[in-house]
Amino acid sequence: MSDLPPYPPLDPTTYDLIIVGTGVSESILSAAASSSGTSVLHLDPNPFYGSHSASLSLPDLTSFLHSNSLSPPPPPPSDTPDFLSVDLATRSLYSSVEIATFDSSILDERHSRKFNVDLCGPRVLFCADESINLMLKSGSNNYVEFKSVDASFVGDSSGELRSVPDSRAAIFKDKSLGLMEKKQLMKFFKLVQAHLAAAAASSTESDEGAVKIAEEDMESPFVDFLAKMPLPPKIKSIILYGIAMVDYDQDNVEACGDLLKTREGIARLALYITSIGRFSNALGALIYPIYGQGELPQAFCRRAAVKGCIYVLRMPITALLLDKASELIVVETGGYKGVRLATGQEIFSQKLILDPCITVGSESMSSLTDQQKETLRVLVPKSISSEGKIARGICIIRGSVKADISNALVVYPPKSLFPEQLAAIRVLQLGSGLAVCPADMHVLYFSTVCENDDQGKAALLSAMSTLIKPQVPENLQSDSAVENDTAEAAKPVVLWRALYVQAMVKGEFGGSISSAASPDGNLSYNELVESAVKLYEQLMGSEELFKEETSPDNTTEEENDGGVEIEA
Amino acid sequence: MHGRPRKAYKPEEEAASASKAVKLRSLQTQFMSNHHHKIYTKEAIDLSTKLLEINPEAYTAWNYRKLAVEDTLSGEESNQDLVKSILDEELKVVESALRQNFKSYGAWHHRKWVLSKGHSSVGNELRLLDKFQSLDSRNFHAWNYRRFVVELTNRSKEDELKYTEDMISKDFSNYSAWHNRSVLLSSFLARKAEGFMPNEKIPEEYKLVHDAIFTDEDDQSGWFYHLWLLDQTVNVETPLLTSSWPSHARCLNDSSSSKLTTFCSESGSFPLILYFDQAVGGVSSSSVAVDSELRGNEDLVWEPVSNKNSQVASVWVARLNYMSSEPCFPKEYKVKVRIGNSPGIVSSRGCNFSTPYEFVFTAHVHDTVREDSQEVIVSWTDGFDIWDAQSKDLNFLVNLDQQMGLKWRQVAIEEEIELFRALSDSKIGKLTLARLLMAKAMISESGVKGVHYEEILELYSDLMVLDSSHYRYYKDEHSVALLHKVTSSTASLSRHLFQYRDMNNSICLRLNNLSLSRIASVEKLLFVQMLDLSHNELHSTEGLEAMQLLSCLNLSHNRIRSFSALDSLRHLKQLRVLDVSHNNIGEHSVDTTRYLCSSPLSNSEWTEDEVGRQMPSLVTKYWDAYFVLRELNLKQLDILGNVIAGDEFSSFVPQVVPKLVWLDGQKLRS
Repeated sequence: MSDLPPYPPLDPTTYDLIIVGTGVSESILSAAASSSGTSVLHLDPNPFYGSHSASLSLPDLTSFLHSNSLSPPPPPPSDTPDFLSVDLATRSLYSSVEIATFDSSILDERHSRKFNVDLCGPRVLFCADESINLMLKSGSNNYVEFKSVDASFVGDSSGELRSVPDSRAAIFKDKSLGLMEKKQLMKFFKLVQAHLAAAAASSTESDEGAVKIAEEDMESPFVDFLAKMPLPPKIKSIILYGIAMVDYDQDNVEACGDLLKTREGIARLALYITSIGRFSNALGALIYPIYGQGELPQAFCRRAAVKGCIYVLRMPITALLLDKASELIVVETGGYKGVRLATGQEIFSQKLILDPCITVGSESMSSLTDQQKETLRVLVPKSISSEGKIARGICIIRGSVKADISNALVVYPPKSLFPEQLAAIRVLQLGSGLAVCPADMHVLYFSTVCENDDQGKAALLSAMSTLIKPQVPENLQSDSAVENDTAEAAKPVVLWRALYVQAMVKGEFGGSISSAASPDGNLSYNELVESAVKLYEQLMGSEELFKEETSPDNTTEEENDGGVEIEA
Repeated sequence: MHGRPRKAYKPEEEAASASKAVKLRSLQTQFMSNHHHKIYTKEAIDLSTKLLEINPEAYTAWNYRKLAVEDTLSGEESNQDLVKSILDEELKVVESALRQNFKSYGAWHHRKWVLSKGHSSVGNELRLLDKFQSLDSRNFHAWNYRRFVVELTNRSKEDELKYTEDMISKDFSNYSAWHNRSVLLSSFLARKAEGFMPNEKIPEEYKLVHDAIFTDEDDQSGWFYHLWLLDQTVNVETPLLTSSWPSHARCLNDSSSSKLTTFCSESGSFPLILYFDQAVGGVSSSSVAVDSELRGNEDLVWEPVSNKNSQVASVWVARLNYMSSEPCFPKEYKVKVRIGNSPGIVSSRGCNFSTPYEFVFTAHVHDTVREDSQEVIVSWTDGFDIWDAQSKDLNFLVNLDQQMGLKWRQVAIEEEIELFRALSDSKIGKLTLARLLMAKAMISESGVKGVHYEEILELYSDLMVLDSSHYRYYKDEHSVALLHKVTSSTASLSRHLFQYRDMNNSICLRLNNLSLSRIASVEKLLFVQMLDLSHNELHSTEGLEAMQLLSCLNLSHNRIRSFSALDSLRHLKQLRVLDVSHNNIGEHSVDTTRYLCSSPLSNSEWTEDEVGRQMPSLVTKYWDAYFVLRELNLKQLDILGNVIAGDEFSSFVPQVVPKLVWLDGQKLRS
């Protein structure tokens, strides 16, 4: 960063809101705040948009994962007469980072710029989910184009991938379901649809005699409700892990981190069902942004910029500025005045939202008054393990995990790969059609929630070995053993692999200083969006996001090579 | 499109539609004037284009354009460029009309007309169709046109079959796609094309449709296809002889000891009945060889027994003469009948009867005089003895020919039954199961165990309760199943067989009080001479026409509403005793079946006959009774308890049926 030319000083120096970090949560907040007329300064210490939701080239991804696990550079000497300066620290969200290159040609110049690899994968959008609604509402949909995820599978240790019968047509075509299973599954879907229709109708008028799921069932565990339907275990598993995208083993109450209630289960199915067919060009329920997930925060940032937000990348902040004298403290700001940039410039604002990895060390806290401590409370690092961890893996492969299919989701339900497998493992394969890798390759994303690094990585490695040919070090490669096994031979070859464990930090409102949420372990952005919306309401006082925005341009879009343009 | 609620018009939309109507009306007026004056100038044609763009339903305008094209092209056929440009213009007009309304009959028809001129690119049509079918994959106009275009191109039927498969896998609620599939498969199956042998392809198709039915049993399209498949499984294309009278190796006695086949005839002839499994034509003395020792039967006349005046029927009858000029004495005559050795018998679908069949019987002729017995009134209450039939007496029961590849059909039906028991909690599931069980009964050898008549009857009884709007259909099917059950074995049929003492111990089949609404299984009852169907729910006598030996018929206490419903009895030349008392004849003055019968207004026949001349007003009033009764040779008629019955009708009947002796239990003359 030292070789970069120095920035000219920022002007103006006072804002309503300063946001540090351009992850999905922060970008939504900055777009929403800018649209409502708030003056926003949006900073990011990195040279790219997206922070923990960015899509990067392989070398950039490697260096991001590594640099974040190192301590930040020592802050420049603080010499501020007017304010009390509190030095900031950066904690790393990533641990156990392990990157291996099996085919060095992948890092060649001709390839390197063709990769757009997500930091927070596997991640997709449901056509009917809140993030899409928010994009439509904000107008940021104009900056992103999506494509469908072609297929969805449930796998097990045998290596076989069974497609998820998630729609009427898919159930009809499914070869692995028996006729009675088809009947039971479709009957269940119909019940859910009737329930949703009845629920929608009863919100406007009382509709007697409509089919609805009983209220006591809604509060019971979803897994019990499915058994009551009655759905056989095979189908139960498909619904829970392949459609409702549940993480933890629902059949094991003791070990289950999160027992899903029927109400929540039905809501997840509703999201899936309404997603299918929402956009005429989308084949199934899931879509993925062309050029990677990093496009999403960028789209919101662009929207914010259009509305007047000022962007500065490669600009870390080093310290917080607080009122020195406690008698001068304004109640609303809790003594917060502004931030000091890495350039040394001091910038002031009413409110501040920080990237989840920015903290303040306990030694800096010790000298503060109780009120100042209260103002900074969201920055005090909590014990991360209690928040949960997500093991993530990325494999660049040659070939595909399923013949003739490029973009696909694979779910390994709990216990499907090995008896101790606690949580579902999700795998997303993406191809060059999404402009994330060169033409003959695919990017595979793996993730699972875990209690500790070793457990999570072991689970991911198990999924990898089921899908991908085992690694043979380059110098030992020969035409022996493995090559003879035709099943193994058909598997794709891994060229590059990254494994890491990401800590999950929840967003938190802290009055004048708030912290944004890190990416979570979910497949979609729903919880992340939910937390951003909540934070926004707390910041702005229950003001609705993007209420002014209605997309007025109802221009008819041209159909372009299977791309999905979302429109209200 | 489907499932879109109709919305009320907003005021501005109403205004727009009003102004559109004004514009349309003026266009229409100008157009009609052009049309009447046969003006085919460019301006006039452009006017019709404008009209069709707004209203593609204006079929007169399409017809006008056809005339205009003919007019422009007359004498210019050799000018290929002109022809092509004019026809291309027509296609363009049709396309823009279809954009306005892609369900316009007139527009699609016009397109067919242009295409059939043979100057246009057909490949373009398939592309256009793909566009329309992606807008609405169930648009049957497009599917119809598709079949037309495919006929014109070299596109293979296999590709089309694949296309239906693709459309079905996108959304199987598509009648049109399933229908097109059945049309295409029919031709493959009929040709027995490579990979389309019925015994292999039909089970595959069952698997496909199972996926649709079990995925969504509420969707009807799959059920329809299943019904078509069931039809393909049960019905053999080539016609078969199901039964005959006399049957093979019977001894036919003219009034002697053997009971079942004793036959009393005044006319000096007896019928020879052939019963086929489907309507056939071409039964004649050349296609059916009858070698008999009875003289005077060299050129037998075969007549179709059919209510329609058609030359196809499933029942054919010929009369063998046994009376000759020489004095009669007891004698045995052997008769040998051979069918199918020479061609000629063809089903209405065009399949040849190809399974040669031959049967031999012996006729014993006795000379009897029994004039007095004919004057005795036939009573349906007493004089009956239980008849202890032996199985050898009833070996008329037909055995199906094993050559027709029954095995795969039986296996397929058996599998379907197993599967559909799981869906029998729905109405359509029950109905399908009942149909399958019935199909199984039909293609099983008779007397075979495991035919679940009780289950079929129970299913239809359930359906009558569950689905009352289709009660009559279920009732009819229930009756058919019940009659199949009764005729399925010697033992069960024997329970209904009696001997009538007063008539030479004739065999009487009593099927009374069974709440039958329809007659079936007649092919197994050809020997019956007395039939008691009283106290049932019959609406019509359809089916009885095959029972050529029938001389006494009791239809009292049924639901017959008119004489037209007795029309089929006109074929029963032996019928002497008819009881139709306590029905609803004459209840409805307007009889819908009359539109199917010959109408008195169009028929000059009766005005020329004697009764017609003597009492034209009564003939007009009772025309339907007149048409039936005058063809019957009745000696005894019971008509009491009907609306039509009364003094006037009682006086009319003897005029029409001069040989009548007993009317409503009263002797007419001594």
